[in-house]
Amino acid sequence: MADRAEPLAALQGRINDAAFGGTTLMTVPFVAQVGLRVEPGSAAAGRVETALGLELPEVNRMSESGGRRAIWLAPDEWLVVAADGEERSLVALLEEAIAGEGSVVDLSANRTGLELAGPDARTVLATCCSLDFHPRAFGPGQCAQTLIHKAGVLVEQRGDDRYLLLVRPSFAAYVAEWLLDGMLGLKADAAA
Amino acid sequence: MFEIRCPYCGPRDEPEFKYGGQAHVAYPADPELLSDEEWARFLFVRDNSRGRYAERWNHAAGCRRWFNVIRDTGTHELVGSYRVGEQPEDAR
Ligand SMILES: [Zn+2]
Repeated sequence: MADRAEPLAALQGRINDAAFGGTTLMTVPFVAQVGLRVEPGSAAAGRVETALGLELPEVNRMSESGGRRAIWLAPDEWLVVAADGEERSLVALLEEAIAGEGSVVDLSANRTGLELAGPDARTVLATCCSLDFHPRAFGPGQCAQTLIHKAGVLVEQRGDDRYLLLVRPSFAAYVAEWLLDGMLGLKADAAA
Repeated sequence: MFEIRCPYCGPRDEPEFKYGGQAHVAYPADPELLSDEEWARFLFVRDNSRGRYAERWNHAAGCRRWFNVIRDTGTHELVGSYRVGEQPEDAR
């Protein structure tokens, strides 16, 4: 695990400075992420659910148990996330559970995290993402793969005003710049 | 911009999708029996009709699944979408 570079280290100062009125952006540089493909409702899916202690969630939803989360990606595909360092044990656990009936791939290096939290988090998101995050359409426990301008993001709502964005490391600065742009605009409005 | 209903994820904006051309173009049962002209016709020639048209879309920035859409080429109305394996009548 030596020699890992945080994808957004160069932007850290500006990310810290963009905070306003309790709304903050935070980097979550390393997250254990395992891609899981298994036929929903199959015996293998059942074994995965037992091993993780959770139900594989339905469309656009996340389910959680013991610090591990399964995020819906597609009808037979989930991203299982856990704390940094758990990737190997998670892969081993899931491989044993599927027993060849599906696929398990360590994707931890594929995405880095950005957490946007606070009273204006949703407004910041709305400046750069066209998905409807209004509480009537999206709430805690929901997730979606969508776009922030041209970059693909996996958005997971972690609380009433807390969002985790998982983005490819090479697009992370691009996504962070758009979020910072939204934050600085709203910060200026608030100060005016 | 279209709002396209992915049969898996729900309605999303058009930039999340990639267009895949006419739907229900069956792969030839025995391609080796086709003449060059017939093969070229399968590969390149598509309907260009006015009215309801079945076409393929891929939810590239979402679930990455292929599905079908009925679009009115005269009015741009999206009549509905349906999964691969379903029929145009299933569009909603
Ligand atoms: Zn989709």
